[in-house]
Amino acid sequence: MNGGSLLAQIMSVAAALLLLSAFALLAQRHMRALMHWFALQGVVLALASALVAALADVPELYFSAVLTLALKGMFLPWLLWRLVVRLGVHREVEPLWNITATLLVGAALVWFAFQVALPVERLTHAATRNTIAIALACLFLGLLMMVTRRKAVTQVVGLLAMENALFFTAVAATYGMPLVVELGVAFDVLVATVVIGLFFFHMRDTFDSLDVAALERRMREGEE
Amino acid sequence: MSPLDWLLFIPAVSGAVLLGVTSASLAAWLNLAASAGTLWAAVALARQVLAQGAWYSAGGWFYLDAFSVFLVALTALVAFTTSAFSRPYLLNEVAKGRITAGRLRLYHGVYQWFVLGMLVALTSDNLGLLWIALEAATLATVLLVSLYRTPDAILAAWRYLILCGVGIALALFGTILLFAAGSEVLGHGDEALRWSQLHLQAEALAPGLMLTAFVFFLVGYGTKVGLVPLHRWLPDAHAEGPTPISAVLSGLLLNVALYALVRCKSLVDASAPAGTTGSLMAAFAILTVSVAAVALHRQRDVKRFFSYSSIEHMGLMTLAFAIGTPLALFAGLLHMTVHALVKSGIFFAVGHASQAMGGQQIHRIRGLVHHHPALGWGLVVATLAIAGFPPFGLFTSEFLLFTAAVDTRPVLAAWLLLVLGVAFAGLLRQVQPMAYGAPPADARPVTVSLWPLYLHLAVALWLGLSIPDFLADWYRQAAHLLGGAA
Repeated sequence: MNGGSLLAQIMSVAAALLLLSAFALLAQRHMRALMHWFALQGVVLALASALVAALADVPELYFSAVLTLALKGMFLPWLLWRLVVRLGVHREVEPLWNITATLLVGAALVWFAFQVALPVERLTHAATRNTIAIALACLFLGLLMMVTRRKAVTQVVGLLAMENALFFTAVAATYGMPLVVELGVAFDVLVATVVIGLFFFHMRDTFDSLDVAALERRMREGEE
Repeated sequence: MSPLDWLLFIPAVSGAVLLGVTSASLAAWLNLAASAGTLWAAVALARQVLAQGAWYSAGGWFYLDAFSVFLVALTALVAFTTSAFSRPYLLNEVAKGRITAGRLRLYHGVYQWFVLGMLVALTSDNLGLLWIALEAATLATVLLVSLYRTPDAILAAWRYLILCGVGIALALFGTILLFAAGSEVLGHGDEALRWSQLHLQAEALAPGLMLTAFVFFLVGYGTKVGLVPLHRWLPDAHAEGPTPISAVLSGLLLNVALYALVRCKSLVDASAPAGTTGSLMAAFAILTVSVAAVALHRQRDVKRFFSYSSIEHMGLMTLAFAIGTPLALFAGLLHMTVHALVKSGIFFAVGHASQAMGGQQIHRIRGLVHHHPALGWGLVVATLAIAGFPPFGLFTSEFLLFTAAVDTRPVLAAWLLLVLGVAFAGLLRQVQPMAYGAPPADARPVTVSLWPLYLHLAVALWLGLSIPDFLADWYRQAAHLLGGAA
């Protein structure tokens, strides 16, 4: 067995873990558990990029791994949790649209992702077509989470989960984007999270709620 | 420093400075001065590129050719006139108590950074950097759209943030796939994201991967362009944000997003089966134009109304780039220029009109021609220009686009003619009472700055009567670049 196939196997395991956590996020109602799964996703990403760095001998990826662990495994979940506590919504249990149906739609999206990835040619040693398909599936699951959730906080977790899927794609398909680009993207994600945090406070001050669906309903009634 | 350094340095620094300037009037003048400086740098840069041809910066991060430098000049020009318009407009808003001094500081600082984001996106050679800059510009506009902090503004900005966040995430997925295809050919490094390098090797890129990447670019950047059915954020963001921001969103940011899409398309075209990317884009474009034309008839808010008109025009430009013949590309570039000028001019007029009438609902704005003749006639002429009436530049570009469509897809051309008629009727039907109806009793005079509107209209008229040689040459060079593979 050569290094290439070992790497491919490790990436398959990482992809599976990522997909598992994406489904877990989709079905999770408790804010605290949601943050745990989100942080876990960050840690899986960091581990995956560290392993690729070691096995494929791409030293820049060590840097990405550390950055990912710090930003996505620790800082962002911590920041979001702090915000949620400050806003006093950390104990809220979110009523979910039929979980079984959501998970079934999620499964359909995974199938769809495999279809989309069909024309993709063989890439690096780390990426099989399946790895790309799973990363794409995680992207779609984040999107589904944003569509089905009503709370601003969970919508944002969905957006950040999409970004995690993107990072995984970059590591698997290309051994990571060039460092400057990686840094720029991380910076944008950080700024976006801060802006989003500001919005939570604006929303609470203006509407006294972070339930986006209810806000939109109220606005529409106001117009009529 | 070279003109490019100045071009990026001025907005970067002035943005930081303006965040700290407490005097509203001083900040507005500084904003204007900084925008004038950026415009000067853009003109110098454009002259340099025109004289010497495509130009790479040291380090390979920036690359300028006819296509990008023409948009740089356009962006700097509209950013400058908008800052001239926003000075009296925002001082009026402060006087009315709609925004506080602190928010005004935020506005001026973030405005400059927003311009910086667009300029970096346009000048960067690296497609990763382009993505980062476009995302940064989006985040800046999110802050600007929510400036009034009304419930509607916050919800509009939230929807904008979430929808464009998703869109731009999909575009990043496309960029990663592109990088994967590029690094097979150019090796794992910055080279594999540089447009100029990829363009040289475009035939060698893996076709399946590139086509998949293109679908993500189309959906991702297409969300930012405002293509139907991904357009839902656009009318909200235009209607609830301050009017100068509506002007630069429509006039500039949508163009930059389309620019990103077109750049990526020209890479994919070399290896993908002929016509695939064009057909995909054309399908989105036709849907966009049709939906927007009908929606024009149903709007009650004047800024929402004109934002649907922007969606329609973005659809037309997308169609032009989708058809992709030299004639269509020429039409698309001309359309981009004139639409940016006329639409931002319309928003200047609409902003002052709603200040004078005390609201932006269409039924409140009546009799502008009697009440504010200079403003009212400006709006009438600008509406005729945007509707594609001769002798304005949009007539020329729409005519060229129609001719190109007849050559390549005749059925589509017939449909296009019908839809343009519907849009035309919608525009005139809604604007007619705004201009000629009986003015309401409570309308009050406002200080206005109309020269930006007249300047834009004059340029639009000039481009309709005769396209100056240097500009035509510029468009031809850009069209040649984009159509190089065809």
